[in-house]
Amino acid sequence: MADLTEPTADAARVAALEERARSARREIVRAVGRAKAGHLGGPLSAVDVLVALYGVILRVRPDDPSWAERDRFVLSKGHASIGLYAVLALSGYFPVEELGTFDAIGTRLQGHPDMTRLPGLDMSTGSLGVGVSAAVGMAIGAKRLALDTRVFVMIGDGECQEGQVWEAAASAVRFRLDNLFAIVDVNGLQQFGWIDPDDGGRTRPWSAGSLAAIWAGFGWRVVEIDGHDMAAIVTALTAAIEDTLDGQPTVILARTVKGRGVSFMEGRFEWHARVPTADEVERALAELAS
Amino acid sequence: MNATAGPAHAVRSQREVFGDTLATLAEERPDVLILDGDLANSTRADIVADRMPGQFLEMGIAEQNLFGVAAGLATMGFTPYISTFACFAVARALDQIRVTIAQPHLGVKIAAGYSGILTGSTGKTHQMVDDLAIMRAVPGMTVLVPADDVEAEALLRVAADVPGPVYIRLARDAVRRVFEPPYTIPLGVPVVLRDAPEIVLVSTGTQTARTLEAVERLVEAGIDAGLVHIAVLKPLDVETLLRSLLGRRLVVTVEEHTVVGGLGGAVAEVIAEHGGPRLRRIGLADTFGESGPNDALLERYGLSAARIVDRVRTWVDELDR
Repeated sequence: MADLTEPTADAARVAALEERARSARREIVRAVGRAKAGHLGGPLSAVDVLVALYGVILRVRPDDPSWAERDRFVLSKGHASIGLYAVLALSGYFPVEELGTFDAIGTRLQGHPDMTRLPGLDMSTGSLGVGVSAAVGMAIGAKRLALDTRVFVMIGDGECQEGQVWEAAASAVRFRLDNLFAIVDVNGLQQFGWIDPDDGGRTRPWSAGSLAAIWAGFGWRVVEIDGHDMAAIVTALTAAIEDTLDGQPTVILARTVKGRGVSFMEGRFEWHARVPTADEVERALAELAS
Repeated sequence: MNATAGPAHAVRSQREVFGDTLATLAEERPDVLILDGDLANSTRADIVADRMPGQFLEMGIAEQNLFGVAAGLATMGFTPYISTFACFAVARALDQIRVTIAQPHLGVKIAAGYSGILTGSTGKTHQMVDDLAIMRAVPGMTVLVPADDVEAEALLRVAADVPGPVYIRLARDAVRRVFEPPYTIPLGVPVVLRDAPEIVLVSTGTQTARTLEAVERLVEAGIDAGLVHIAVLKPLDVETLLRSLLGRRLVVTVEEHTVVGGLGGAVAEVIAEHGGPRLRRIGLADTFGESGPNDALLERYGLSAARIVDRVRTWVDELDR
């Protein structure tokens, strides 16, 4: 097995991706602020991985989003939709200005991803857990069609409380889906969760180490990374796809911070779906400008 | 019209027809896959496993995943048929049906076996008496309810070419044959099995076979009753159905389902909107079923030919009071 922590990403490429992630964070805050609806915490935790995927990992064609042999990406944590939309726009799928229509009536950029409206979305999601099974189906389909297509699915750590995630995890091993790559955005919070008796905050959706043990127990290859370290993300994803294990699916547990990049949102469960005030939007954009 | 009002024929069960038809369909079309929820030797998807193992996917006891995987396969250009019991399909995986199949309007075909109350003495957990109401309410879902083996084969085949999601309600046990092959009825048209000027029964699924017998007995007893069979509950061909309802004095719906929201509900909506005769509904009341042999269940829940005849006679008598 390859050493997935060995740096392979060159510095210039990483710097460009980091700059794109900063742009994406600004677009996310602007869009949610404008719509006065949506989610911020999850998109801001997930966006570095999304930028890496669409920047250097996925074999896709933004000008031909239905290209049959493309890699697939499913955002199973569909409430992070604006994070995906921002990255798709910055990747050339549609004009960045269209992000201003997020959540508006008639928009292609629905509150939760709707594949019937926006080309480039490989699955509609929103109810947690469903995207993982769809990704399993795509991976089975790709193998049946003898396509070199790889399937990626992003899941929340809170989402892993859904039983369907584990039904899907078991079936991915049963069908020997080494073309399937799950990424868990382990931001350590969920919408409400449980009060931590020790500090009055919120407990993590899963106790330390348990997610890695459970995924491994299901038979997946488990890789743990810092989900905000762009070089580490690119290195791990590149190594995972270049060195697939025969028949074994891979899960990347990306340790992240909910609300990452905006100091007053970081690590606070309230920002799962709180709408920022105009002042908060200004302060957030100021922090993200640097 | 190729309907027959003759004596009962030796016919196959819809589940056997399901297995044979899907195996043949899989031979003809490499895009057709059959996904089983670990019930293949009950639903007879095992016929596919034997004849076309390369297009049979065992998904185990995990219905949420079963439906989600089918959705993913549909996005890759496959035509997945899901095989499980109606109760598990509709009730266990409804969220997956809505969000990953119906909302994206993906071409997943749900072959729901063991529908209604005649499920092999398994009782209320395995019976399904509210699936038509639920599936009819899902936006964009086509709902097919074949009467017998011949119609089941035809509708299972046509489902592959119906755009979007399709729910196909299948029965475990054989009923008398309603349609002789070849089946030539255009998809969606309500079938007038017997026309009558004043009294018309409307039924769906394998209950049509029992309702046909009830109509024959009514006619023998001097009550001129007609019968319309609905194989496509949704989208419902309202215009054609109205031609069989308007001007009559009594309409009676009969279904192996509760009277809430299924066939009776659909016909009530049509009559309420367009005007029409007095409506009476036969089906389970607001209740679940129970274990028991088929004949006993049909008697208890009012779905045997004899019970239908009794109730229609009562309502016909009321017309003249």
